[in-house]
Amino acid sequence: MKILVGVKRVVDYNVRIQVNPDGSGVATNGVKMSMNPFDEIAVEEALRLKEAGKAEEVIAVTIGPKASQEQLRTALAMGADRAIHVETDEEIQPLTGARILKALTDKESPKIVMLGKQAIDDDNNQTAQMLAALSNWPQATFASKVEVEGDVANVTREVDAGLETLAVDLPAVISADLRLNEPRYVKLPDIMKAKRKPIETVTLADLAVEQAAAVKVLKTSAPAQREAGIKVESVDELVAALKEKGLI
Amino acid sequence: MSKVLIIAEHDGANLNGSTARAVTCAQGIGADSVDVAVFASDGSAVAGQVAALSGVSTVLQIDNAANEQAVAAILAPQVQALASDYSHVLVPSTTFGKDLAPRVAALLGVPQISDIMRVESATVFDRPIYAGNAVTTVEAPAGIVVGTVRTASFSAADAGGSATVEKREVSAELPSHTRFVKLETSGGGDRPDLQAAAKVVSGGRGVGSEENFKVIYDFADKLGAGVGASRAAVDAGFIPNDHQVGQTGKIIAPELYIAFGISGAIQHLAGIKDAGTIVAVNKDPDAPIFEVADFGLVADLFEVIPELEKALG
Ligand SMILES: Cc1cc2nc3c(=O)[nH]c(=O)nc-3n(C[C@H](O)[C@H](O)[C@H](O)COP(=O)(O)OP(=O)(O)OC[C@H]3O[C@@H](n4cnc5c(N)ncnc54)[C@H](O)[C@@H]3O)c2cc1C
Repeated sequence: MKILVGVKRVVDYNVRIQVNPDGSGVATNGVKMSMNPFDEIAVEEALRLKEAGKAEEVIAVTIGPKASQEQLRTALAMGADRAIHVETDEEIQPLTGARILKALTDKESPKIVMLGKQAIDDDNNQTAQMLAALSNWPQATFASKVEVEGDVANVTREVDAGLETLAVDLPAVISADLRLNEPRYVKLPDIMKAKRKPIETVTLADLAVEQAAAVKVLKTSAPAQREAGIKVESVDELVAALKEKGLI
Repeated sequence: MSKVLIIAEHDGANLNGSTARAVTCAQGIGADSVDVAVFASDGSAVAGQVAALSGVSTVLQIDNAANEQAVAAILAPQVQALASDYSHVLVPSTTFGKDLAPRVAALLGVPQISDIMRVESATVFDRPIYAGNAVTTVEAPAGIVVGTVRTASFSAADAGGSATVEKREVSAELPSHTRFVKLETSGGGDRPDLQAAAKVVSGGRGVGSEENFKVIYDFADKLGAGVGASRAAVDAGFIPNDHQVGQTGKIIAPELYIAFGISGAIQHLAGIKDAGTIVAVNKDPDAPIFEVADFGLVADLFEVIPELEKALG
């Protein structure tokens, strides 16, 4: 069985982002870019399923500009077998992203599509669910544990009330939450080896995917800032301050 | 003319508080009607609770054994079948809503707007990106608007409504490929629900261990507060996942938030931006949490908590 795993290039999670003063968006020039942390977890899980003998091939996919190949190389260095780069310089929103992934799943017939539950740039948390809907496949979102037995995956999900388990028939879409696993570190020899692994480049036109109607971004602004507070010197001072505000 | 359909979140017996917040968001749209759908095996009790929310026009009660548990793949085609009568479909931005809304949107062939924090018009909304470090104003294209509502941004609709409850049959083909197995809750006891609590006491990695977290629970009980945690504390197994606050945990807006041994990573702060008053107790004077704390105390939490308990009597 094949596993298709999605990888997105995003501003690194350690960067303190800056909003462009003209409202046009968030500054990304010269900013450190990385693989979306949730996608790293998705790649790791796919590799573990392969290592456990549950899958034969792990295919990493990215949608984005030329530079996104860096993130594919990371996925290959982690252990993915091959990669597909859907190259586009346009902003791809979740519904179009899901259509692209649908076209790729039609072509590759994976049993599992493993995605991060959200990308830490737009924080949408939509693509996995949309892909599952378009394919009429099960979805197991926010996964913290995945057990594959034959044609069924038992997936534990992190939900507001605790931990929910779903049994889903494969093929299925699974989205990774933070506690699913801890991704491996990539070693130098793996990076060298990854350079020889194949990356296939395709376009939206090759896949016959049309952009879906998009949400229009009118402007981007800095969030309201909290007013700076004060440091208190003692517990007594803290208690007095909270009493004055009527909070305790 | 806007007609809003909200999908109620509930556990079969009780309506989740997030639904009443979505109703307030819907009212901001200036809708002609705000209907709320209750999908359950027997939704009578929950439908009654929804009907009592002011601002609700009609409660649609869709009883079906398949709706015993809220499984997105099973609910989505039913929501799709109802949606054609509406201009908007809104769901709270909880794990329930985040799971469901994109599936509904894709079935309808429209994009979805996540985490609506402000309504500018029936089609223009503000939403946070980059863990709340930027806000975008977005416009939905023509067609049904499907969105999730960032509950911390809206107050709950008042009680005092008396909407009519209508039983509905929905004809939709329901998949059998997804089966609910179980739900394990951490059983918070009588503690207030984290997302509804007026006060929240949170612990981070600095608390040190699962045993030490008892100090946090006891202090929270003394204040009548809910208990939160950082990701590091959850990852380390000090406390169950449903207590995590932040970008990937719960977004909360209590009147008082007290953070013990939490450094204040941006992903954590994303969950507490709407808190009324933030108190931070941390040994490290340079911890970033002090940049957002209204009251910061540089001290050892294990010394501070007993003193606080004494001062509170
Ligand atoms: C994609 C992504 C999503 C994330 N989502 C979330 C999220 O939703 N929520 C979240 O919380 N994090 C999230 N994180 C993790 C986040 O980046 C931080 O790693 C995490 O919040 C750190 O938790 P902490 O403050 O408890 O631990 P640390 O950063 O280790 O801080 C511990 C603090 O405790 C203090 N301390 C230690 N001992 C004591 C003592 N005795 N008394 C007083 N103070 C003491 C220390 O000075 C230190 O400041 C996410 C990260 C990523 C990459």
